[in-house]
Amino acid sequence: MKKFIIAILAVLPMLALAAGPSIQLDEANNDLRDKASLKRGFEAFIDNCLACHQLQYQRYNRTFADLGISDEDGLANYMYTGEKVGDHITNTMPAKDAAKWFGGAPPDLTLEARFRSPDWIYTYLRSFYVDESRPFGVNNKVFKDVGMPHVLQNLQGVKTIDEHGNLSEATGGSMTTEEYDTFVRDITNFLEYTGEPNKLERESLGYWVIGFLFILLFFAYLLKKEYWRDVH
Amino acid sequence: MSFKLMDWIEQRLPLMEAINKHVTQYPAPKNFNFWYVFGILASVVLVNQLLTGVWLTMNYEPSGEGAFASVEYIMRDVDYGWLLRYMHSTGASAFFVVIYMHMFRGMMYGSYQKPRELLWLFGMLIFLVLMAEAFMGYLLPWGNMSYWGAQVIISIFGAIPIIGDDLTLWIRGDYVISGATLNRFFALHVIALPLVLVVLVFLHILALHEVGSNNPDGTNIKKPKGSVAPEELSKFAFHEQYTKKYDIVDAIPFHPYYTVKDLVAIVIFLIIFCGVMFFAPEGGGYFIEAPNFEPANGLKTPEHIAPVWYFGPFYTILRIIPDKLLGAVGMFGAIIALFMLPWCDRGVVKSIRYRCTAHTVNLVQFAICFIILGVLGTLPASPLNNMIGVVASFGYFGFFVAIWIYSKNEKTKPVPDRVTGK
Repeated sequence: MKKFIIAILAVLPMLALAAGPSIQLDEANNDLRDKASLKRGFEAFIDNCLACHQLQYQRYNRTFADLGISDEDGLANYMYTGEKVGDHITNTMPAKDAAKWFGGAPPDLTLEARFRSPDWIYTYLRSFYVDESRPFGVNNKVFKDVGMPHVLQNLQGVKTIDEHGNLSEATGGSMTTEEYDTFVRDITNFLEYTGEPNKLERESLGYWVIGFLFILLFFAYLLKKEYWRDVH
Repeated sequence: MSFKLMDWIEQRLPLMEAINKHVTQYPAPKNFNFWYVFGILASVVLVNQLLTGVWLTMNYEPSGEGAFASVEYIMRDVDYGWLLRYMHSTGASAFFVVIYMHMFRGMMYGSYQKPRELLWLFGMLIFLVLMAEAFMGYLLPWGNMSYWGAQVIISIFGAIPIIGDDLTLWIRGDYVISGATLNRFFALHVIALPLVLVVLVFLHILALHEVGSNNPDGTNIKKPKGSVAPEELSKFAFHEQYTKKYDIVDAIPFHPYYTVKDLVAIVIFLIIFCGVMFFAPEGGGYFIEAPNFEPANGLKTPEHIAPVWYFGPFYTILRIIPDKLLGAVGMFGAIIALFMLPWCDRGVVKSIRYRCTAHTVNLVQFAICFIILGVLGTLPASPLNNMIGVVASFGYFGFFVAIWIYSKNEKTKPVPDRVTGK
């Protein structure tokens, strides 16, 4: 056993090789328990993202239920195009045309936070900068030559990049940097939620199950001890 | 009434007889240690995979168009579907953890040596079928890594001369991985291979009970009839199948002694299993990989295509050999070498406790090389990684060569007649 542990320890430094070079991401620090933030993120998504990006695996009424919105309120305030509350959150943009317009169809975002990570989304939405060589006049530090225009430019303003690859402070937007960061954090939070709507339930169930197993372990151990008194 | 019913059944099917023979009166050595729990844990995981698999199948849609969405449907709209799916996906990785530990146990204590060669072969067949089962199951969520992983692995068969291309076409049922491939993998994953697996597990246990369990001392608990003084005999009642031919020492009935002991092990295992499943079901990106949250896309490869971690060691051996055919030979050779272990080892002493120092060194270096190969398999190829991979591959195959050499005239320590209880 001891030898085995030594063997494992000998191998551990190998894991250091696993860390490759990558772009430094800012921490989103979003909180799935913050329902107000999720609601704001949901609203921001509907207003700014849904025209191009779908949440084709996520239903409206599920979202309403999880975010504490009644179906009536949801229908009145979040659903503009005549769907039923049980429908998935989709748009009507034809994928073929979209591919022509943007160079590729805008991806579905239901699982984006699990595919990329919340930190990636948070950093990405804050890393657009002016680049006149691109079709929409902007490029992105996190996602080089991305096909997406800076949709939130009115809110954030524009950033420029210097020769070292550092981004400037944004200028000309309707929000301050703090306001914009919060805004993006809310969207990130909402997308982490849609990535796995059961995440909080999963974790809270986990405490109960593991708690039960520890109690079971106690009795299983006593049972074993009692039986093994016969074994010499 | 119930006794009559039991008698009625017993006369037609020897149910109690079988239970006595294999459970309540089966003599198991009393000195099993930590390493001996992984067999039962593998059975627990197998049952978990079978049950959760059945329920997943109820809502999964095996088609190129519907597979990915149906998995998300299970994750969101099916009551506790997320739990079933995570139990199954975590179970797949857990299966390989316990199987690798189980195999290593067999190597440490010489459980593959005479008379347990066939037992070892059944185990190796289980390992082989399990790898096929895992590989096919991995395609089913139809994520982008599923897709490209399958593309890479199936293309290995293309390295076989003459028939290679036709063979890959035959496996895929199409020129690329497609819905046709998904459909046949689904059929094999949910029916054919599980059936084979269960039969093999049955044979594995039957073969085990025929020759009897080994133990950490590698001693024989079955002594020639009449050679043991009555007060030295095990005081427990064992089935006459075992006692009519042998005097049994140092043994206890499997039930209740090992059932209650295994229960403790199972609960500890479940605590770890649930810790991963409830709090890190993606296993840090190793159990469910991030690119699999994007649907399969034949036009877009993931940044770095890597097999799941449990294929890592064999994938590395494939990759470090520049020639595709030789690489495939090396990879399958690594598995065949394990099959041949009972004949590579010419020693008579089983347990690592009483074998020569060279053997201990050899086994430890084998374990280290195996882990290094596994880690490398999940990393991108680079000159440094390939160099380390070559060294570790030599360590892997070197194990089998070295054991063949030193086991012939091995200087061993005296093996005790009875178990030491350590």
